[in-house]
Amino acid sequence: MDVAILLFLTSGLFLGWALGGNDAANVFGTAVGTRMARFTTAAVICSVFVILGAVISGAGAAHTLGKLGAVNALGGAFMAALAAAFAVYTMTKFGLPVSTTQAIVGAIIGWNLFSDSITDPGALITILSTWVICPVLAAVIAIILFKAVNGVLSVVKLHLLRTDAYTRAGLLLAGAFGAYSLSANNIANAMGVFVTSSPFTDFSIAGIYTISSTQQLFLLGGLAIAAGVMTYSRRVMMTVGDGLLAMPPIAAWVVVMAHSIVLFLFDSQGLESILADAGLPTIPLVPVSSSQAVVGAVIGIGILKGGRVIRWRVLGGIGVGWVLTPLMAGLICFVRLFFMLNVFDQTVYRAVCHDLSPAVMARVEQAGIAVAPIADLTGRSFDSAADLQSVLGDRKTLNNDDQATVIQFARHQLIHVDPDRLLEMDPGAMEPDQWAAVTALSGRSYSHAWAFDDALAIQSVGWRLREGERTHTRALNDRLAYLHRMLGLGP
Amino acid sequence: MATRRHGRPRPAEEFVIALAAKTITLFRRTKVLETEIDEFLDKLSQSALVFKHAIAEYLTGGASEAFEDKLRQINELESSADVLRRTIETQLYAQTLIPDSRGDVLGLLENLDSVLNQFENALWGFSIETPDIPEAYRADYQVLADMAVDSVEYLVLASRAFFRNIEAVGDHMHKVMFFEKEADKVSTKLKRAIFVFDLPLASKAHLRSFVEHIDNVADLAEDVADRLAIYTIKRTV
Repeated sequence: MDVAILLFLTSGLFLGWALGGNDAANVFGTAVGTRMARFTTAAVICSVFVILGAVISGAGAAHTLGKLGAVNALGGAFMAALAAAFAVYTMTKFGLPVSTTQAIVGAIIGWNLFSDSITDPGALITILSTWVICPVLAAVIAIILFKAVNGVLSVVKLHLLRTDAYTRAGLLLAGAFGAYSLSANNIANAMGVFVTSSPFTDFSIAGIYTISSTQQLFLLGGLAIAAGVMTYSRRVMMTVGDGLLAMPPIAAWVVVMAHSIVLFLFDSQGLESILADAGLPTIPLVPVSSSQAVVGAVIGIGILKGGRVIRWRVLGGIGVGWVLTPLMAGLICFVRLFFMLNVFDQTVYRAVCHDLSPAVMARVEQAGIAVAPIADLTGRSFDSAADLQSVLGDRKTLNNDDQATVIQFARHQLIHVDPDRLLEMDPGAMEPDQWAAVTALSGRSYSHAWAFDDALAIQSVGWRLREGERTHTRALNDRLAYLHRMLGLGP
Repeated sequence: MATRRHGRPRPAEEFVIALAAKTITLFRRTKVLETEIDEFLDKLSQSALVFKHAIAEYLTGGASEAFEDKLRQINELESSADVLRRTIETQLYAQTLIPDSRGDVLGLLENLDSVLNQFENALWGFSIETPDIPEAYRADYQVLADMAVDSVEYLVLASRAFFRNIEAVGDHMHKVMFFEKEADKVSTKLKRAIFVFDLPLASKAHLRSFVEHIDNVADLAEDVADRLAIYTIKRTV
């Protein structure tokens, strides 16, 4: 592997390390601070589950971040992660409760602006709304849990020491669950920006289990978080346990559980497909702030106790953080990208060409969009998505969704089904009929991703979308993304 | 270890086994400690009963062999309670158990122990000084001892509730207070009667000091109950 690639990854690893150092305290701070668990025990459990969470369930929230903006060059990803890390560092210095999530979102938008890419408004609104929902949900869950636990305890009447032993075991279990959810949900913050430009290739172990390039990336990120936990979290844990959250161990357990449940909800692909299959509204899979979930849960318990312990200043701090962190990260990212590109002559993005060739227009029409008002644009090409969007926007004939669809189809992406490349790939990553469809296209080239997808759909039913089956759609999209990544030759 | 027969366990397995073993050890130690605390409270309760009988023996037969036997019993109970108390306290701190209330538990045990010591002190006083208690006061001395013992018995119940059923602490606590008040009334009445009677002042003072020896038990019980009330509030807030 190229040394430069490792160099670029360092900013993400740095962000992961900071995440481990700071947010592990949300999970084990109360247990260690109140001396219910030893630091070494907590750190070992935390590290193990952080790595598991990142590799096994990291993909869910990463997907939404990827939709917000696909940072497509390592240099750009490096700068986005570094800008986020810098914003986190600065905010921490000023003592504001900071969220790596908000920082990375700001940094990605900064990159989008710099590279003339389009920020997906749908994804942005989803992410912004979860920042409000997350602490509120944590508060509600904490209230319910606290009532339930106290109800059970008053009926069971455990010995003081027995309660203590159960609380200890409970804190360790909740901590393990919390570490898993934390890294599953937040690994996207540290490593998500590198997904599109990942230097790793997928490989399979004995043809049974495929480790995707994303999972390898997340494993690396998980290790960085674990390193942060081991090296830096002790002091933060002591502060959290002693100062900020002076509460009895059972309340501490409730806080950790509420925090973990919230993070888990916002990352569980399994839960999402169960809800979707039952026709219920789903919970968006978004990286949320672990610190804010904890503050939400503490406030929930505060409300139960009559509102005396609610610290309005902390609430105000969160509000300021919501606005300031992403703004700062975005600004830093934008300015530094400028320097990196012009002073250090590094590639920070790859221009994505968009064209409205007759074939694209035909496909747009096939998708049910009236092309007559933009028929005169046929044959034109654009340097970036933003250029195309501004032209379409000036016309005022297409609504936002239709504009997004047109831009998606116009996106130029060269895909060449290289026979040599196929030999390196893992047939086990998809169904046999799907793989047969891919090999049938061997030697052909496509200028747009959709053209390749359509060709596959013609070859096999396995590549066709099925109405109302979200799990199938997700699996299909994952496999298509894998093929695009393996066979793509860049825009 | 069973898994070793089939080859070395993998690191993940070892981790889970270690965690489970740690949890099991934790629960076993907890069980042992629970029993030790119960035993300590048993010893206090037994001492109270022995004290009652010892006073009865003294009032009927003076410093007889039967009385000395009761004194020996109390001595033994006191020293074995001391051993238990030290073991419990050491374990609480060595294993950092109940970090948020171990200070309170420590305080509670030390104070309960001082009640036990007071039983012993009072009986040693009877054994060494052999006060000559006139017939007219004997019944009141016995009533005073009964009240003091009752207050200690309810203190033991309140302490048990502190460990097992925090909401019930209050139910026992007010009875401790009640018996302490009753003991005070009896002791005041008894002291007045002693000083009205025609006796040398030295004898009066001697008799009074034994009223105080017994009444002190009830006073101590009340002090401990007051502390226990605070510990209880701390745990329920």
